[in-house]
Amino acid sequence: MRVRVLVRPKAGILDPQGEAVKNALPALGFEGVRTVHVGRLVEMEVESADEVDAMCRRLLSNPTIEEYEWEVVR
Amino acid sequence: MRIGVTVFPGSNCDRDALYGVERMGAEAVELWHADADLKGVDAVIVPGGFSYGDYLRPGAIARFANVMGPLEEFAKSGGPVLGVCNGFQVLTEAHLLPGALLRNTHMRFVCDRVRVRVESVDTPWTAGCEPGEELTLPVAHNEGNYFADPGTIVELENEGRVVLRYLENPNGSANDIAGVCNEDRNVVGIMPHPERVCDPVLGSDEGLRILRSVLVGAGV
Repeated sequence: MRVRVLVRPKAGILDPQGEAVKNALPALGFEGVRTVHVGRLVEMEVESADEVDAMCRRLLSNPTIEEYEWEVVR
Repeated sequence: MRIGVTVFPGSNCDRDALYGVERMGAEAVELWHADADLKGVDAVIVPGGFSYGDYLRPGAIARFANVMGPLEEFAKSGGPVLGVCNGFQVLTEAHLLPGALLRNTHMRFVCDRVRVRVESVDTPWTAGCEPGEELTLPVAHNEGNYFADPGTIVELENEGRVVLRYLENPNGSANDIAGVCNEDRNVVGIMPHPERVCDPVLGSDEGLRILRSVLVGAGV
């Protein structure tokens, strides 16, 4: 099955990449962008989803600074 | 004294660190990432660079290399370990040090010499320094912005575990922190590169103040 993991900076943690993108958008004429957060998308094919959560905790995210969510995709 | 330097794919300060060890008057031992063997060394330096291309997060993959198993045991049994730059990132990913290193706030790679103050001499890697001593050391990093939750920062400050502090903050790190140690004080992580200033021919040998400290604790 295919699993999609989304990792992003925890709320309240400084996200300089998001800030840089937020500041770049108006320069291209895109107005009204209030916040931007840049994360990471990990797509995997796995035999079972049993251990996906452990993978997220141990490797795919750093719980000190990031949060994650994952889903099985069709 | 024999001092090991870990070598991961993408380490690029390992040679400098090995040279620094020779300059400090110790025997330098290369520790290959794929070998779960510390070769009986008395201390370990995890050097700077871009281990595993910084893929995922700096240090995230290196943290699971074979050499890290015995290194974690060595650290937990009180052996002196110094992480420099990417080595610092590896040690936080391995939970041998608290916190994490975020992108620099200004989003630029910083390559400079910075002034730092030695805030604690109660670690094997600063034992030869004077309390409050100021050093000028090179920094070169994209993720040097030290972060930990506010409770941890207070704990680090109260327990004197901030080892080096920037006099001018180059990356936005919390409380101008340039280096910290673990609870047992034997594991130290710093962003500045002492091994890049360990010979007058490199412009300075102030880095030896840090590197040679480990000899003081060993009574050499």
